[in-house]
Amino acid sequence: MSVTAPTVFAILAMAAATVLTRVGGLVLVRYVSLSPGRRRAIETIPPAVLMAVVAPTAFVTGPAETLACAVTAIAALRLPMLVSVILGVGCVAALRAAGF
Amino acid sequence: MNTHSIRQEFLGGALAIAPLIAAVLPIGLVFGALAVTKGLSPAEATLMSALVFAGGSQFVAMDIWTHPAAWMGVGFATLLVNIRHVLMSASLATGMQAFTPRQKLFAMLFLADEIWAMAEFRVRAAQLTPAWFAGLAVPFYLAWVASALAGASLGALLGDPVLLGLDFAFPAVFIVLIMGFWKGRRTGAVLIASGTAAVVTQHVLPGVWYIAAGAVCGLIVALVLDRQETSGVAP
Repeated sequence: MSVTAPTVFAILAMAAATVLTRVGGLVLVRYVSLSPGRRRAIETIPPAVLMAVVAPTAFVTGPAETLACAVTAIAALRLPMLVSVILGVGCVAALRAAGF
Repeated sequence: MNTHSIRQEFLGGALAIAPLIAAVLPIGLVFGALAVTKGLSPAEATLMSALVFAGGSQFVAMDIWTHPAAWMGVGFATLLVNIRHVLMSASLATGMQAFTPRQKLFAMLFLADEIWAMAEFRVRAAQLTPAWFAGLAVPFYLAWVASALAGASLGALLGDPVLLGLDFAFPAVFIVLIMGFWKGRRTGAVLIASGTAAVVTQHVLPGVWYIAAGAVCGLIVALVLDRQETSGVAP
C-alpha cells in the first residue's frame, strides 16, 4: 500500500480539474440570463453530452460494440435500467466470444 | 422540512440510484484492476476514485498514464473529458431552487454523470431537494470508491474484464441514460448531430476533444431548431 508523490500530484491535478468543471456551471448561470428559449436549449445538453461520450464506442470500435449498443438502446425503451445494462454487457461478451 | 420527510426524500434518492449502483460496481472493479496493471498501488487507485470521482476521466488517465506520473498531461486530459460538467452543472443549477448557495456548491462536487442524470429526471418530475440529492450521491460515491479498492486488491482474480464484457458496462449505462432523455424527433436530431461530430472529431483530432465537440454541436442543432420553430419555418 505505497503512495508516491508524483502519483498524488497527478491525482490532485485531476481532482482540481474536475472540481473546476463541476463548479463552473454555477458561475456560468450566474452571469448568463435564462430566457425560456435558452432554458429549452439547456434541456438538450444532457443527451448531447452523453451521446458524444459513447459515440466512438457505438460507431467506431467494432461490430460487437455497435450491435450491443443497439441492443441496449432498444432494451431501454421497455425494460428496467439494470436489465438493459446486463443485456448489453451479455451481448458484447457473447459477440466477442463468437469472434466479432 | 422535518426529520421524517428528510428521511423519505433521502430514501427516494437512494432507491432511484440503486440500479445505477449495481451497474457502476463492475465499472469500478474494472477501473481498480486496470489501475494496478498501470503501476498504481491499491491505495493510489482508491485515492483517485475518492478525490476525482469521475469515471470517464479516470479511464482516460489510465490510458495515458506514465511513470513517474505527469500531472500536467493527466490534469489537462481530465479538464477536457470533464468539460461537459460545466454544461451539466449549469443545466442542473436551474432546477435547484430548494438549495442554499452553500448546499448547491457542495452538491456540485458530486456531479458524476449518473447522479446528475437522476437529479435531472427528478427536476422534471418533482422538486429536487438536498436530501433527495444526498440519497443519490452518498451511496453512489461509497460504491464507486469501494469497488475501486476491491478491483485493485483482487484485480488478478477477476480474469480478463474485456472477455467478460465488463468494460462495456460504462457505455451501456450512458446509453440507458440517453434513452431516458428521449423526447421525440428534436432529441433525435440533437443525438445525430452530437454523435456525428464526436466521431468525426475523434478521427481528426487526438485526445478527447470529441466529447466537447459533440456536446457543442448537439446544442447548436437544438438552438437552430428552436429558432426555426419561433420564426414559423417548418422544422
